[in-house]
Amino acid sequence: MGVDVAPVEVEARPMDLLRFATAGSVDDGKSTLIGRLLYDTKSLFTDQLAAVEAVSAARGDEYTNLALLTDGLRAEREQGITIDVAYRYFATPRRKFIIADTPGHIQYTRNMVTGASTADLALILVDARKGLVEQSRRHAFLCSLLRVPHLVLCVNKMDLVGYDREVFEAIADEFTAFAAKLDVPDLTVVPVSALRGDNIVSRAESMPWYEGPSLLHHLERVHIASDRNLQDVRFPVQYVIRPQSTVVTDYRGYAGQVASGVLKAGDEVMVLPSGFTSRIAAVETADGPVEEAFPPMSVTVRLEDEIDISRGDMICRPHNAPTVAQDIEAMVCWMDETRPLQVGGRYAIKHTTRSARAIVRGLHYRLDINSLHRDETATELNLNEIGRVRIRTTIPLLVDDYHRNRTTGGFVIIDEATNRTVGAGMVVQRD
Amino acid sequence: MSSGSAAYQVSQLDELEAESIFVMREVVAEMERPVLLFSGGKDSIVMLRLAQKAFAPASVPFPVMHVDTGHNFPEVLEYRDRRVSELGLQLIVASVPEALARGLVRESGDGMRNRIQTPVLLDAVEKHRFDALFGGARRDEEKARAKERVFSFRDEFGQWDPKNQRPELWSLYNGRHHPGESIRVFPLSNWTELDVWHYIARESIPLPSIYFAHEREVVERDGMLYAVNEFFVPRAGEEPFVEVVRYRTVGDASCTAAVRSDADTVVAVIEEVAATRVTERGATRGDDRVSEAAMEDRKREGYF
Repeated sequence: MGVDVAPVEVEARPMDLLRFATAGSVDDGKSTLIGRLLYDTKSLFTDQLAAVEAVSAARGDEYTNLALLTDGLRAEREQGITIDVAYRYFATPRRKFIIADTPGHIQYTRNMVTGASTADLALILVDARKGLVEQSRRHAFLCSLLRVPHLVLCVNKMDLVGYDREVFEAIADEFTAFAAKLDVPDLTVVPVSALRGDNIVSRAESMPWYEGPSLLHHLERVHIASDRNLQDVRFPVQYVIRPQSTVVTDYRGYAGQVASGVLKAGDEVMVLPSGFTSRIAAVETADGPVEEAFPPMSVTVRLEDEIDISRGDMICRPHNAPTVAQDIEAMVCWMDETRPLQVGGRYAIKHTTRSARAIVRGLHYRLDINSLHRDETATELNLNEIGRVRIRTTIPLLVDDYHRNRTTGGFVIIDEATNRTVGAGMVVQRD
Repeated sequence: MSSGSAAYQVSQLDELEAESIFVMREVVAEMERPVLLFSGGKDSIVMLRLAQKAFAPASVPFPVMHVDTGHNFPEVLEYRDRRVSELGLQLIVASVPEALARGLVRESGDGMRNRIQTPVLLDAVEKHRFDALFGGARRDEEKARAKERVFSFRDEFGQWDPKNQRPELWSLYNGRHHPGESIRVFPLSNWTELDVWHYIARESIPLPSIYFAHEREVVERDGMLYAVNEFFVPRAGEEPFVEVVRYRTVGDASCTAAVRSDADTVVAVIEEVAATRVTERGATRGDDRVSEAAMEDRKREGYF
């Protein structure tokens, strides 16, 4: 009874993918903004909307509370707060979008860090009436720490300040000056009214003085292709494929996802940590060989020589290799509410496909993420605190500076007793 | 993977595929005893295709398991058995009727078996000592699932604790667990219903026939169309009629409804899904309508 599907060319969908993180609280109009994006791109379904309307009406809300769309957990709905990262999806004919919707308050810094870790773009909201607040600066700092390549500041509730150009420009100037002190490669500032839909999908007539793109127009067109590192070949070996079969014999392929760079047959490569060199015999997928592999492709690499390679090793180029190191400097965001990070603490580390154990050798300073002040007297990092640490690992890690490579520069810290992920680390190789 | 290598860009479908393959390889590299939950539904079918791709030219290195409620669509069972035999997979059936017979679970008052699947699943997990279970759940399906991790930790009772989830950064998945605990893994987390259909089209993956328009005897209940069969008996006043329908989701035959549709090809289904204004679970699942947090509650108990 199975229906065989003939190969069909559904109109080629050369759509790419943009992952963006939003941070903020209900007060900033974040939920309204997301609701508006979903609604106006027809990604909000009638049964979802009806469910939200029914709950809002039952609670006696004066208007439909769009926050209920993303606050999916019982506790969130009961308490009216966003606790955890929620993922939402929408698409336009040009792009598919994944929104990592994160709570904005300081007690949820770990959730924002999590959402930002994979984001191509981060969207920060401010209320035009209030201007920049401590939270806006903190969000901007976290985006720069996590090296989110594109930042968008939405100055929301412009309708409540009479669409005043001067109000907008004062906030834009202040934020631009602040961002200049951070590592923010690309910043766009858009005046919007999420409630009224001004400058969300199309340019608003209410603000003729604004000559930039609408928010959606910017999200659709922001150039992300060159955010990928195509220079440094980094291929963390994930799994060795060796078929136990009489049909395929003597096959040995190294499976993994390209972290950066371009790999192709014939390239001379070096394998770390052994340092052995060989050439790529073929780059393959289940659909056959490919000419080149680049991020984020998952492929299988075969080498010309038989060398001993296993999970956790890294294929790179002889003259462009990551640092092989057991002493690692990193910025760490602590994520555990039960126990602080302490000097002398022992943990497990997961970095690319490599796992190690580590000991915290030093805490240089704790950063006040609101003022960026460095407290060099700190002796521990508590939940949501960020600091510069030095760790020593049991085996060498194959690392790059996080600013150059988010995949080979990022690691997580795991508590060996509870198995919980308790910290996120970003390798620092320069100051 | 078709690569548009000129500009070193991949399509979003290729990016999703690459991510799912990465997730599956992580599990096989790090976990002791993985298993793939295979219901014969479109999401698990796509997941199985991704598993084939992730380990080629080797075969899929784990068994598949079907939690069989006993309320099946015959077309889906037939598809399951054919697919398993084509790919030379090991199939484990965790049977609800058998669990009822030996008293592990009791039939619920409303006759729906969605909830009693969970103890049967957990029993099979314990018996086979599975430590990683691939599920085809997607975050776009439902608001509780929107909060789910790719690697979802479950305690020794299979329970999900939504307020105590492990942070999941970059593509670093933490699958560490103690004996008896397990990880549910959702490789399709970032796929939407439309992505699944585009992928089925691109890969020419065969599907059970009930996904395409056909004539079926149905009754209307709570605004949904339920097929009349041995598991679904019309109540007094419900008049069966023949309608052209298809299934958007495939679950237990006693609580999965069909939708009116004349989409009889993949292309027609893609057009229909692209234009629809109702979510797939909202349109077809009686089990989600129990309460505002029905899915969250089931997940806490160990459901997917």
